[in-house]
Amino acid sequence: MSLPPRRIMAIWLARLAVDRWRHAEGCKCGEGADAEPVALIGETAHGLRIDAVNDTGLMAGARPGMMLADARAVCAALRAVASDPAGDLAFLERLALWAQRWGPWTALDPPDGLLVDVSALAHLFGGEAQLLGDVEARMAVRELSVRTAIAPTAGAAWALAHYGPEQAILEPGDEATLAALPVAALRLDPEVLLVLRRLGLKRIGEVTGIGRDAFKRRFRKRVPSANPLLRLDQLLGRLPEPLLPVVAVPPALVQRRLLEPIRHRELLDRVVADLAADMAHELESRGEGARRLDLGLWRVDGDVVLRSLELAAATRNPAHIARLFAAKLDDIDAGFGIELVRMRAAWAEPLALAQADLDAGAEDHRTSLATCLDRLTVRLGPNAVRRPVLHASHIPERAQRWQAPLAPEPPSQEQLMFHARPLKLLDRAEKIAVLYATPDGHPRQFRWRGGLHEVVRVEGPERISPEWWREKGTARLRDYYRIEDSLGRRYWIYRLGLIGDGRGGAPEWFLQGLCG
Amino acid sequence: MGLSAFPTAGELSSLGAHAPRWRPGLPREHWGATFSELFASGREGSGAAAALALALDGFGGEEERAVLWVQDAAALRLTGRPYRPGLPAALRRRVIHVVAPKAEDALFALEEAARCRDFAGAIGEIAGNPKALDFTASRRLALAAEKYGVPLFLVRLDAARELSAARMRWQVRAAPSPPPRWNGQAPGRAAWHAELFRARGYRPGEWILDDGAKLSARPSILRQAQDERGSGRAGEGREFPHIRSA
Repeated sequence: MSLPPRRIMAIWLARLAVDRWRHAEGCKCGEGADAEPVALIGETAHGLRIDAVNDTGLMAGARPGMMLADARAVCAALRAVASDPAGDLAFLERLALWAQRWGPWTALDPPDGLLVDVSALAHLFGGEAQLLGDVEARMAVRELSVRTAIAPTAGAAWALAHYGPEQAILEPGDEATLAALPVAALRLDPEVLLVLRRLGLKRIGEVTGIGRDAFKRRFRKRVPSANPLLRLDQLLGRLPEPLLPVVAVPPALVQRRLLEPIRHRELLDRVVADLAADMAHELESRGEGARRLDLGLWRVDGDVVLRSLELAAATRNPAHIARLFAAKLDDIDAGFGIELVRMRAAWAEPLALAQADLDAGAEDHRTSLATCLDRLTVRLGPNAVRRPVLHASHIPERAQRWQAPLAPEPPSQEQLMFHARPLKLLDRAEKIAVLYATPDGHPRQFRWRGGLHEVVRVEGPERISPEWWREKGTARLRDYYRIEDSLGRRYWIYRLGLIGDGRGGAPEWFLQGLCG
Repeated sequence: MGLSAFPTAGELSSLGAHAPRWRPGLPREHWGATFSELFASGREGSGAAAALALALDGFGGEEERAVLWVQDAAALRLTGRPYRPGLPAALRRRVIHVVAPKAEDALFALEEAARCRDFAGAIGEIAGNPKALDFTASRRLALAAEKYGVPLFLVRLDAARELSAARMRWQVRAAPSPPPRWNGQAPGRAAWHAELFRARGYRPGEWILDDGAKLSARPSILRQAQDERGSGRAGEGREFPHIRSA
């Protein structure tokens, strides 16, 4: 008994980026915001480049791959919107899961395609032509423009979807019809296509017409996208091309349906503690720890109260989770009662099983860092507990950024040793009134917050220029001085601008940092 | 158990005089795991800087755990945020900063830090005399610090010296810095005038703290002058001539 022939369906979302942008704008094709020429642009090393253009823009002359400035020269009214490749990919992943309605085995074909294995199941839809019709109709309902094809191999299906007739179906043994397709249908890199074009090879049939040895000598790379022979073999089914399936991983979810709706806090705490224990079991069986937990409370009147919790490190300690949620349940209005409580681990990370501390009880109940940070975060809010990290900038207040305490530190150049910096920086530099300045330029006496300071010792100036690539042309430079006053108090002050720099009036003085 | 085990009245009355003097570099078990208060002005960075210096002095060399730095909103407004390039090099990678909207939250954060085994210590900054920070609150912190062995330093900005259970209470202000080696006109490394006005187990005293490679202390000039004049407790001045930690 022989297996039925393999059948692969390729779905090409030809205008994925534009379609997604249109969904976000909430307009139909050619209406509303889509009536004007719009280009989705991405940043490259050479400037802004167009990734995708809507129909109006195409008619006006803009093309994907153009620089934005060139396109503006053709069509001055072109509106530029940032493209979102990561969002497109995430959408494609969700779409691949949804596409499992046509076949149990779907794979991504980034950036804008899907491959579905439809071997031996087209009869469920009434035949392959009806299957393709169903795909187009359902995609049209979602306002996605697609091109589809079914062929015995993934390569052939891809080629037909991109370069073949609409809704093409290739029966096994009909591979000769592929010879008329352009060589670009082989899924090759642009450089390889350029070489083929220079060799005068335009159709797939012309490639097969030349001896294999000649190709083997010229294209030695083992990567399929750089080697026309490998691609040709994949197209004709001589080389296997496995499809990596998309598998949905449902988040860990536990729930309690309550026979009697609860209206009291103690009972709710009890239920949450039980749910936390269930969740710990569930996560343990998966070898995971939760980073974000959502707690949904369904009330009798149909209202849903949601509380979510973000944890500093992956954990599945039920007592810890219950305690953190307890701090968030104080303002719950139970109404006529809560009948369903559901806990979901929306974000989980791998967490191996660990040996429990045998003398944990004797360890005087001291907490770990992650537990302590979770407690602080739940009470004070996520932005209250942070860690300073260096950032590449010359401007002092931009040279430091804040991030979550347990996040890995970004790579940075270490601070220069000869830069003396203050221990603390005011959130906003405060203006000081200079009463008497020396001829050198630094103040001798100044007034800050109503008190008089007599400067005794000075080091400076350290000149810090504005970052011209970021700031406006009128931004003024700063001359920083480290000073000590007559009582030994040490400050970091700066003068904004120079006399006669043409960027405003007389320079002003600010106090920005307090030294130790 | 005989009465001889207890100190006599005479010994009790002169207990303070025999108490040891504080000096930098004391072993951690002597004073490290305690709750200290530092009173400082909100117009200078001396309070937090001296607290950091005292904390580092207490940690010893091979401490690698994080340090929690808690500020309430008023303290943040007065003296600004910690600035990583200016922090002591040993602490730059280890500071975790907490902004507490109110003094209650700052006290909560300090107590949680004391209960955590992964913190080497915690520094709090609270401005003024908030109602939440009463004797009970300070006693809670002192007990937590001693029970879990995590040193806590609470900087009180522009605050009055109210009743407190802190084991060491300092008054800190900036002192003129020692002249740097190369540029006599420039401000030098940090120095503070620190007065230990109440301490359990130590005699009160005044020092000029000097934050070099290690914290060092010398008696304040005012105190020296007093001692040289022979007024008050003249004999004590010679007990602590220019202590430098080894």
